[in-house]
Amino acid sequence: MGIVQTALSGEISRRSFLISATLAGGSLLIGSRIIQPAAAQSQDSFAPNPFIRIPPSGKIEVVVPSAEMGQGVYTGIATLVAEELEVPLDQVQVVAAPADPLRYAHPVLGDQLTGGSVTIRGFWEPMRRAGATARTMLVSAAAREWSVPEASCRAESGNVVHAESGRRLAYGALAAKAAGLPVPENVALKPASEFKLIGKDVPRVDTPAKVNGTAKFGLDAHPAGVKFAAIAISPAFGGTLKDVDDSEALRIKGVRQIVKLSDAVAVVADHTGAARKGLAALKITWDPGPNGDLNSEELERRIEAAVAGEAVVAHNSGDVTAAEATGAKGFDVVYRMPILAHTTMEPMNCTVHARPDSCDVWVGTQAAGRARKTAAEVLGLPVEKVMVHNHLIGGGFGRRLDIDGITMATRVAQHVQGPVQVVWSREEDIRHDSYRYLNLSRLSVKLGADGMPVSWRHRIVGPAIMARFLPIFFKDGVDFDITGGAESPYAIANKRVEYVRHEAPEGMLTGNWRGVGPNRNAPAIEGGIDEAAHLAGRDPVDYRRQLLAGNPRLLAVLNLAAERAGWGTPLDRGRALGVAVLPDFGSFAALVAQIHVDRNGALKVERLVCAADCGIAINPTVLEQQIESGLIYGLSAVLYGRLTMKNGAIVEGNFDDSPVLRINECPPIEVHLVPSTESPGGVGELGTPLVAPALANAIFAATGKRLRDLPIDGSALRGA
Amino acid sequence: MPYALNVNGKSYSVDVDGDIPLLWVVRDVIGLTGTKFGCGIAMCGACTVHLSGQAVRSCITPVEDAANFDITTIEALGDAELGARVQKAWLEEEVVQCGYCQSGQIMSAAALLALNSKPTDEDIDSVMAGNICRCGTYPRIRSAIKLASSREG
Repeated sequence: MGIVQTALSGEISRRSFLISATLAGGSLLIGSRIIQPAAAQSQDSFAPNPFIRIPPSGKIEVVVPSAEMGQGVYTGIATLVAEELEVPLDQVQVVAAPADPLRYAHPVLGDQLTGGSVTIRGFWEPMRRAGATARTMLVSAAAREWSVPEASCRAESGNVVHAESGRRLAYGALAAKAAGLPVPENVALKPASEFKLIGKDVPRVDTPAKVNGTAKFGLDAHPAGVKFAAIAISPAFGGTLKDVDDSEALRIKGVRQIVKLSDAVAVVADHTGAARKGLAALKITWDPGPNGDLNSEELERRIEAAVAGEAVVAHNSGDVTAAEATGAKGFDVVYRMPILAHTTMEPMNCTVHARPDSCDVWVGTQAAGRARKTAAEVLGLPVEKVMVHNHLIGGGFGRRLDIDGITMATRVAQHVQGPVQVVWSREEDIRHDSYRYLNLSRLSVKLGADGMPVSWRHRIVGPAIMARFLPIFFKDGVDFDITGGAESPYAIANKRVEYVRHEAPEGMLTGNWRGVGPNRNAPAIEGGIDEAAHLAGRDPVDYRRQLLAGNPRLLAVLNLAAERAGWGTPLDRGRALGVAVLPDFGSFAALVAQIHVDRNGALKVERLVCAADCGIAINPTVLEQQIESGLIYGLSAVLYGRLTMKNGAIVEGNFDDSPVLRINECPPIEVHLVPSTESPGGVGELGTPLVAPALANAIFAATGKRLRDLPIDGSALRGA
Repeated sequence: MPYALNVNGKSYSVDVDGDIPLLWVVRDVIGLTGTKFGCGIAMCGACTVHLSGQAVRSCITPVEDAANFDITTIEALGDAELGARVQKAWLEEEVVQCGYCQSGQIMSAAALLALNSKPTDEDIDSVMAGNICRCGTYPRIRSAIKLASSREG
């Protein structure tokens, strides 16, 4: 289980309850001293909670607290509200919430963050409750207007209808009256049998603007008078700016100003083209700082050495040490993962207008509250004086949970009159990511006489992201992220998960990367089970079935994926299937990968077959999109993802030396959803962790070569 | 010396150095932000526009080289039957996720279909391999191109 399962069963559930309770009975009107969400607000608007505004005329507004980064959250949240509010989705206008964690914090994460595949899980009930509360009040308002019993009125398509008399009033016409009513404490939610929108393939609300060029991402924020800045940040992590010769740059047409910071330099110009040309003309001398001699070999040496270090116990059941002594045979192996950037399509950018007494920030961020806070801190302003205009995000994957770019842009803007848009080049973006750092898993497994595992010892070595990012998920030395899912779903009597904290060099930011902890652990767990099955002489699917007998939802997706992929059907030489399962993010998934390795060792991924049980599918198409997305993101990393370090800096910088998957390499993907009446599970990260183990297991089946290091090394398959 | 540009049927005079990439002129000077920046080295296709119907990467096209062409960006693609057909197929196949690369994807797809109304999978691969998507919309891009192709007017 991931951090959220832990959270939901622990301390955070209290917070979740409190926030839900606030939503249910929240104050009627948004106070005037609180920053208003984007659109103008009429005094007659009906706003029973921070998520719904119904003006006397015009569209019903749903204020979405979470960031839209492609995962369909605008559609998902609007669907939940509209379902209970009884309005068609095309009558709803989605508005991005302002930065205001007091009103818009995620119930599980306790901050205004979008990540961890928890958005819908956290808002599933509160958002329906918000809609139902508003609907109940609108019905009350109509009943009073007509002097009829509330029970004789019903909500229907944005109107309240009195069937007996045939009277009907649109919500807008009832807004002023409803706004004067007390907010009910308890409202009934619809049973699933009455859902009109949930479970249907309603078209996404954000896509029409994304196919005609009108959608606004952070990079598209061009406030009046905006200037554009290109930036160079110290290539070596922790380095500083020593000297800049800007004489040539300042002569370039359109270049206005050079901003020199302790660790970066920016060229401000009339347009980004001139800014980039100016930046290229600078002669910069850096002081590489404390990491100037570091290279990849040294980083790898350090993490290998750390394996033997002192560990904390993240999970312990049975007695592993005793069981290890009884095992007949076994293996002791190491799985390794490389440094990865997120490489979002939209490079880092942020537009800031810093004034002596206030500040505006235009950005696409997964962490609006933190964006506001960092700008305020840089400028020495109270947070109330900073307005964050959150935009569509051109790819998040965890990168935009960190606000380092917003901090940097604000530092630049401090020296510029008027608004300035700071744009990272692709090279700056890749070389200053919040990286998924090196990760190492040592796995020791012993099998009993029956071939089943009697002991399972998994030692994880890597950074503690949560210690910095969300300390409530870092307890007694155990990082709930990196150990996420590591206890595995398999019924093994003696299991132990140990964690050795091992951080990146000072100055190198490490962060959340799509799939988070489960993505780090699935290669070892699912590879390890495959190794055990092989050692026992058993079929990998059958072996898993036996160990998953007590986990019916996971077993069901395993069986479904195996069946749809044709598991057990004989294949030609060089062609094979590999399997992996994942119970995480509140969902259950299994993947079968079909691969082919030719005589020259060339690997081709021919097909991915995924089965998933994500609880109630609010919008099945969006679910399928997200699973496809997660799989392809995972596949890209498994085939290509590896950054290297030289002289304290990341070597790779663009799609030429840091390739990602392209359409011609993308296999056909099948997604099979298991119908469910359980509460919705997370889906944004579900596919990603499955790919590495399913592929490695397929390669083993095809070639007999067990690849435990990522990315997959094609040269190792030559002569297989 | 200002350059005269024809973008989406309108005339503009832009006073920039001739070697400035068309991308930044379109986005920051003219203010059409539908065309995106992704890599700056013509490796990702996010910046794809049409010069007299040909798909080009505007991030490496100097503005001085674009001055003699009719420039079309995503904002005006739907004015033509083919462009509108591609956009409609994109919505029907629910291709889009974050959407940042999709202007470029759609511009490349429309240029492909203009030259080859019935592309094979290999044709799609060879043209669309120049456009990167990090959300993984590739299978749906393929389906949408085929759908648009099947509806040739």
